[in-house]
Amino acid sequence: MSEPVIKCENVYKIFGANAEKMLKDSNGNVDAKTFQENGCIVGVNNASFEVSKGEMLVVMGLSGSGKSTLLRCISRLTDATGGKIFIEGHDLLQLNNKDLIDLRRNKMGMVFQSFALLPHKTVVENIAFPLQIKGVKTEESISKAVDMVKLVGLDGRENYFPRELSGGQQQRVGIARSLAVEPDIWFLDEPFSALDPLIRKEMQDEFLRLQEKLQKTIMFITHDFDEALKLADRIAIMKDGIIEQLDTPANIVLNPATEYVRKFTEEVPREKVLIIEDVMDKTKDNLGDLKVSKDEIIENVAEKILTQEKSVAVVDSNNNTIGSINPAKIINTVFGGRKNNN
Amino acid sequence: MEFFKKYPKTFQWLFLLIVFFALCFAIEVPETYKFIRGQAEFVKDPNQSSYVFLGKEVRYYAFDVFWRLPPLLGWLPIWINDSLFFLMNEWMPIEVWNEDTQEFKSRPLVLQISRNITAFMTFLIQLIREILLGGLETIVAFSSWDWIDKNPWAELPGLPWTIVAAGATLLSYKLSGKGLALFAGLTMVYISIFGQWKPSMQTLSFILVAAPLSFIFGLGLGIAAFKSKRVEKALYPILLVMQTMPQYAVLVPALVLFGVGDHAAVIITMVVAVPPMILLTILGLRAVPPEVIEAGRMSGCNNFQLMFKVLIPTARRDILIGVNQVIMVCFSMAVISAFIGAKGLGFNLLLALNQLNIGLALEAGLCISLIAILLDKMSLAWANKQEDYFGNLTFFQRNKNLLFFAATVVIGLLLAYIGTFLFKGTFNYLFEIPHNKGISTADFWNKGVDWIFETFFVYIKAFNTWLIQEVLQPMRALYLRMPAIATIVLVVGAGYLIGGVRSALVVCALTLFIAFSPWWDRALVTAYMATFGVIVSCIIGFTVGTLCFQNKKSAKFMLGVCDIFQTFPSFVYLIPVMMLFGITDTSVLIAVIVYATIPATRYTIEGLRSVPAGLHDAATMSGVNKFQRLTKIEFPLAFPHMMLGINQTIVFALFMVIIGAFIGTEDLGQYILKALSDKKGAGIGLTLGICVAFIALIFDNLIRAYVQKRKKHLGID
Repeated sequence: MSEPVIKCENVYKIFGANAEKMLKDSNGNVDAKTFQENGCIVGVNNASFEVSKGEMLVVMGLSGSGKSTLLRCISRLTDATGGKIFIEGHDLLQLNNKDLIDLRRNKMGMVFQSFALLPHKTVVENIAFPLQIKGVKTEESISKAVDMVKLVGLDGRENYFPRELSGGQQQRVGIARSLAVEPDIWFLDEPFSALDPLIRKEMQDEFLRLQEKLQKTIMFITHDFDEALKLADRIAIMKDGIIEQLDTPANIVLNPATEYVRKFTEEVPREKVLIIEDVMDKTKDNLGDLKVSKDEIIENVAEKILTQEKSVAVVDSNNNTIGSINPAKIINTVFGGRKNNN
Repeated sequence: MEFFKKYPKTFQWLFLLIVFFALCFAIEVPETYKFIRGQAEFVKDPNQSSYVFLGKEVRYYAFDVFWRLPPLLGWLPIWINDSLFFLMNEWMPIEVWNEDTQEFKSRPLVLQISRNITAFMTFLIQLIREILLGGLETIVAFSSWDWIDKNPWAELPGLPWTIVAAGATLLSYKLSGKGLALFAGLTMVYISIFGQWKPSMQTLSFILVAAPLSFIFGLGLGIAAFKSKRVEKALYPILLVMQTMPQYAVLVPALVLFGVGDHAAVIITMVVAVPPMILLTILGLRAVPPEVIEAGRMSGCNNFQLMFKVLIPTARRDILIGVNQVIMVCFSMAVISAFIGAKGLGFNLLLALNQLNIGLALEAGLCISLIAILLDKMSLAWANKQEDYFGNLTFFQRNKNLLFFAATVVIGLLLAYIGTFLFKGTFNYLFEIPHNKGISTADFWNKGVDWIFETFFVYIKAFNTWLIQEVLQPMRALYLRMPAIATIVLVVGAGYLIGGVRSALVVCALTLFIAFSPWWDRALVTAYMATFGVIVSCIIGFTVGTLCFQNKKSAKFMLGVCDIFQTFPSFVYLIPVMMLFGITDTSVLIAVIVYATIPATRYTIEGLRSVPAGLHDAATMSGVNKFQRLTKIEFPLAFPHMMLGINQTIVFALFMVIIGAFIGTEDLGQYILKALSDKKGAGIGLTLGICVAFIALIFDNLIRAYVQKRKKHLGID
């Protein structure tokens, strides 16, 4: 595997007057309670992970869990108190101001929860802004911005001001702006949290469509577990600054690592999240005629499987049988004893 | 007893009032006490006591310390004065090369700096003035008098009024559209045909220097304060005092430092206009959402780009209010600085007021107000201008306005040239209409005033007499009857009850400063006039504001009216009241009331507007009627914001009371005005100004403490 695009090693972010000294004294064993007693607040506690090229890592957590702080450490909007962060192999914390600005101008894009559009600029001007900051000529930047407007489906609203747009439209502008410089790394900080449920779903689909096309390396922050399941390649669940579990959506649903994670997974409709491969048996005996692909989401094929009497063959993309699944397993997955599922 | 436990605050206030009145009745008025009028305080009198501090002798009439505190700070004005004199004339002499005599000359540092600033300002003003009106000093500055004698063609001819008028109209059209263009055109034509061209252009040249400089300094200092806590902490107290200091008071020290003339006026204007600009810049920058800043950073902005492309444009709303304030202050100073020799409309206005030529004053005042409104609207339109990237424009379309302007310049010059033949031997009306050759409606107004006076004399006189004898005199007497100790107890007690120990200490320090100054009596008179003005203004403002709030359209209309009224320079308010009431305290008070009603009305409407719509609906659904909703829901919630209005009302009222000294009142303003013509007035003027500022700050402190507590209590922030 090639080098990870984002790599974090034991990242800490602690707010407070003598945070650095306290971190040093603690030898990496940071206990939020003792820190709080000394006037320090732990934002991120010992985060280590990697994100590889084209992967989407969703960081999920409730408010105050440190997820936004983690993102700000990686974009260096705030300096991490301890640990190391590498962006494409370069030590982020060692970059001087000029290199950091260069990195942001060319490699990074970010979308914000409150959209953070410049109120005095129109849609195209907002989108062209990062280009103009880079020094691209006005004409060129505007024509590029117009392309981006089309990409996010805002044609005809180029000259609107942010205040004249709905929330969903404003976030489209935010997305277009973050993509204007064609960054490799894309940060999204709760981009859809401020939107209505219907618009949110629409934007999620739109976002997946974009990602299919663009294949960026993404860190996506959300407090919505369903959203995380829907979008993520991998999910990191955070609580009190600590990453409780980092795994694929299926593994998190099937094997919650802690009691905290389990609480989230309890209400999740498994059939909508899991694919056949996640629940199939390895045995290939006693198969019926029906074959299902291992990548199908259970919900889509459940009815077919449940009408069979025999087990159903599971095939891979080359139509080779790699396992089987029987109706009882489906019923067990969907309705079965959730508390003791393994 | 149950009652006291339930309302401990009421009990405390009652107790405070009882102590206050007990003190008032217990302390007799000393037999020797009398209000010192005019210059009497400078008369040497064997009954006076005296002491010497820092080598300055202070003479005063000694009273019982409970009645009036001794002027322990009496030495301060003299000391400030002597220090200023020392700074200007003796401190740190440096060698300066003198161009004319070709030798080094010794000169104090501060004097040299002040001379340099003066020369720079004068050059800027002259440059703009000569572009507009013609002249040769700018050319001389780049060459020499000898050169100009040999080359008389090089004198700047000045622009014909037709070109300036057309230019202003075109610019307005480009910035905002037909409406503003029409307004600009009419304003310019009015100015010209009423023969106000020259003074207007003089005022304009002064403002075109003062306003941009104030803006730049205000913005710069605001940014510095935003970036550094230390700068902010150092600036804040100065800003507070400067904001509440009457503009008059700054005149005198500036006179000493920079002499007489337009340049000094520019500097004073900056001193007055920069503080609000700084405050609003800080306020605006603070209010920028952190995510917008992060978005800027993530777009790869360096610090400079972040400040000028993200922060400042996003904070535009507040910064524009700052610009509006700067322009307002500039025009109001354009009048006030006529006292120290600034030329232009202000000078004409003061002259006309002095001669009681109300008609002329009205015309000049209207000119100032119109230009003020025009500049205000133009700066607003400029800031809100939108660029069009998609119109596929031809060269002509793109440069339409420039081409039009070029054409008008040619036409204007041609007209002016034709004019030299047309008006041979008289004045070239197509070039400039001289001051006394324009149309004037002054006679009409003067006759109108005379008519009003003759017709309604009896009623006006009766009202005047009634007001003075039945209301003002007794109120003034009551204020003066307060023993100093009682006043201090009342104010400090109020501070403690409202804002706790901290507030009490601040208020106590401010009050003691005034009490230890030689002008306690004057401060009381100032306070009485301001109190009267504020009470009436608040009653009017709250009523009008509440009534207008009932209807969206009328509320918007009223806010617009407030905007326009606020743009008038404060002196303009004196014109109509003098028309009606002549030179009396009544005139001043009515001007005070009109002027101070503006913020009272504005804040009432804005406060009521800020009540959340949800509560409005909730109240309606609980079945309240309109009146109940107003008294039970809207007033309590809007009250904190309305209190800030009272705060502004007090500052406005104090300003007008001080300006009212021009008509002749016996308050602190009278002494400030006197200090203007006094060689040693700088220290006195400054100390008096600080006294007025402190009166405002006492109320400011109390009101802010109250508002903060109330807001916390109501959970709105």
